[in-house]
Amino acid sequence: MLSRTADHLFWMSRYTERAENTARMLDVNYQTSLLPQSAAVAQVGWEGLLTISELMYTYTQKYGKDITPRNVLDFMVRDEANPSSIYSCLRAARENARAVRGALTTEFWETQNQTWLELNRMLKSKNFERDPGEFFEWVKFRSHLSRGVAIGTMLQDEAFHFYRMGTFLERADNTARLLDVKFHAVHSDFFGAASELDQEYDFYHWSAILRSVSGFEVYRKVYRDVITPERVAELLILRADMPRSLAASLNEVVNNLSVVSNDHSGETLRRAGKLKADLQYARIDEILSTGLHAFLTQFLDRVNELGGRISQDFLVPSH
Amino acid sequence: MSRPMFDEMNASPSEVRAHYQNYARWLAQQPEDVMAARREEAEMIFRRVGITFAVYGAKDEDGSGTERLIPFDLIPRIIPAHEWRSMEEGLVQRVTALNRFIHDVYHGQEIIKAGIVPADQIFQNAQFRPEMMGVDVPHQIYSHISGIDIVRAPNADGVGEYYVLEDNLRVPSGVSYMLEDRKMMMRLFPELFGENRVAPVAHYPDLLLETLRASSPATTAEPTVVVLTPGMYNSAYFEHAFLAQQMGIELVEGQDLFVKDNFVYMRTTRGPKRVDVIYRRVDDDFLDPSVFRPTSTLGCEGLLGVYRSGNVAICNAVGTGVADDKSIYPYVPKMIEFYLGQKPILNNVPTFMGREPEDLKYMMANMKDLVVKEVHGAGGYGMLVGPASTKAEIEDFRKAVAANPTGYIAQPTLSLSTCPTYVQSGVAPRHIDLRPFVLSGKEVQMVPGGLTRVALKEGSLVVNSSQGGGTKDTWILED
Repeated sequence: MLSRTADHLFWMSRYTERAENTARMLDVNYQTSLLPQSAAVAQVGWEGLLTISELMYTYTQKYGKDITPRNVLDFMVRDEANPSSIYSCLRAARENARAVRGALTTEFWETQNQTWLELNRMLKSKNFERDPGEFFEWVKFRSHLSRGVAIGTMLQDEAFHFYRMGTFLERADNTARLLDVKFHAVHSDFFGAASELDQEYDFYHWSAILRSVSGFEVYRKVYRDVITPERVAELLILRADMPRSLAASLNEVVNNLSVVSNDHSGETLRRAGKLKADLQYARIDEILSTGLHAFLTQFLDRVNELGGRISQDFLVPSH
Repeated sequence: MSRPMFDEMNASPSEVRAHYQNYARWLAQQPEDVMAARREEAEMIFRRVGITFAVYGAKDEDGSGTERLIPFDLIPRIIPAHEWRSMEEGLVQRVTALNRFIHDVYHGQEIIKAGIVPADQIFQNAQFRPEMMGVDVPHQIYSHISGIDIVRAPNADGVGEYYVLEDNLRVPSGVSYMLEDRKMMMRLFPELFGENRVAPVAHYPDLLLETLRASSPATTAEPTVVVLTPGMYNSAYFEHAFLAQQMGIELVEGQDLFVKDNFVYMRTTRGPKRVDVIYRRVDDDFLDPSVFRPTSTLGCEGLLGVYRSGNVAICNAVGTGVADDKSIYPYVPKMIEFYLGQKPILNNVPTFMGREPEDLKYMMANMKDLVVKEVHGAGGYGMLVGPASTKAEIEDFRKAVAANPTGYIAQPTLSLSTCPTYVQSGVAPRHIDLRPFVLSGKEVQMVPGGLTRVALKEGSLVVNSSQGGGTKDTWILED
């Protein structure tokens, strides 16, 4: 298929996925902030949100040093100048979709377009201020719908595989960032919550992380036990059956990449396969003993490099 | 103004024309509020489907940027089958002659030698492409897709007659609206299509693909056909994407193409792929920066060289503009006689040419009654509608014409036929035209009908979408 078309599909899905993950994090933080006993958790969360997206500088430039929920929400949801805001992501997703609307099924295109039109309507009405939770829910469901309509209507040709690759590469990145920031937020590096207060704090902290990746019920089902940080990390990094984990995301990246391989993509596939294997055969205690932050930083670098190689091999070839 | 009027639906306030009777009966039974709801529904669907055109430099308050809807009117324009049959014959004849003409211009120039078209009308024409001299194109077809603008106006007896107003042989657009308007009508009013035998149009993309494949260079049996678009910010981008999708072929931009070893390739995820036929929706000027406008990034460097070698087909061919210019238009009836030895079936609008001293004198004296057009203008710009203009506007135009008489033509102000149309105050007559899309490949063919455009402003004769025009579904009613 046309390289430019593949490029647009790849970025369309990345932006849609990014919007969803941003909505997830904002939602969980917003819900947490409604509970009086977890105000401190929420405050850390608002800061974390900006750190995750590497936006602290841009934010303080505009809103000053005060990190208030209202400002963060505004900045992350509707700020047109913030390239990572939900608004900007959905606009970019739609622009990419429009550039290749002919390569999408009618239902798929209309879903993308409708999302954009409704977004504008929702932000203009006062609904968002009244009930941010409902808005985040909407963003998530539009993303579900977009994915579902793609799977349900698209021919499983190259276009489909590049679309899927974008989704999972972005998800791997987003989940890794979420883990990095949230684990970082616990200063004791999460070993040794001694006081009762700390334990309570920890429960909200870990359950918030789980809920932001729809993992709360999954955790209970898998471990049938209290929430511990080790298991949260294991679930989100290594469990290949947890759809938003790093392992699951990398599996999908490799699957889709291997279908579209061309004459010069061998090295890219090898590196993707190696990253996948590293997750497949890793153990959480090993990762934790060498340091989670170091592990995730390296992972993010490798995912980023993979994105660059995919671009070079397929999307923006020098011919 | 008491010019005679011709309404497509109503012969008189009390009498509905025969071919509209079925529809008029149905329309009379529709409650106001239902039709109002349908109008809203149509607009909502057009938005969702993204059937929009881009307006440069404009911004909508609802954040949809520069994308605008073309207003769609619910009342169809109906043409009875016998009228269409003769129009179709006339279109085949006209487009065949125009293709012969373009071939002649770039080869033997017999029509100049015969003294029918003056040489300077061709060689001084900015649309004449010397690069095309002697270049052979498959089947000697230049204008594969022709949009012929037809209007109806009453003659002295009040009988409506069809006239060709303009030939569009470069990159005529609008066919996607023809198709989407029909889809919309069938969605909103399925029952109407059970009661009326409306000729289908949905097979247009098939005919188009067939036409494009037939224009392939001899170098391949399985040609790769692509649509070349200037990109998503072009006003007709929706149509480009739509046609590519309907034909199942790639929609490429200039940056996707490159020339190597005298062939054109596109960059794909599996490496370079050769391209055999380019349905280009980019003007000549932008096609190849090494030959035409050097700053263009919309085309592909070296494309014309490959084309001249016969290794790629470009549809429409380069240089077709020489035949659709307003200065060439007056000669088309004579072309038909010259090349085909036939009497023209479709009328031209009587045209005065600024280059002819007699005509010029008449133009200058009667400007307030004439439509004066700049010969190279398009899209309803560079045009004076005498009866609708102020004294000052007419005076300005008179000066312009005096300064450059060959740059202008004039026609009597035709009272374009009207069709009942939904407007703010209810249903009222509005002027319309018709653009059938004629395809020339192995044979000359078309789907029945075309795009009906309607001037929504009261009394306005300008139907262009860039100037507030809308569209209607066009029905050819089978017997």
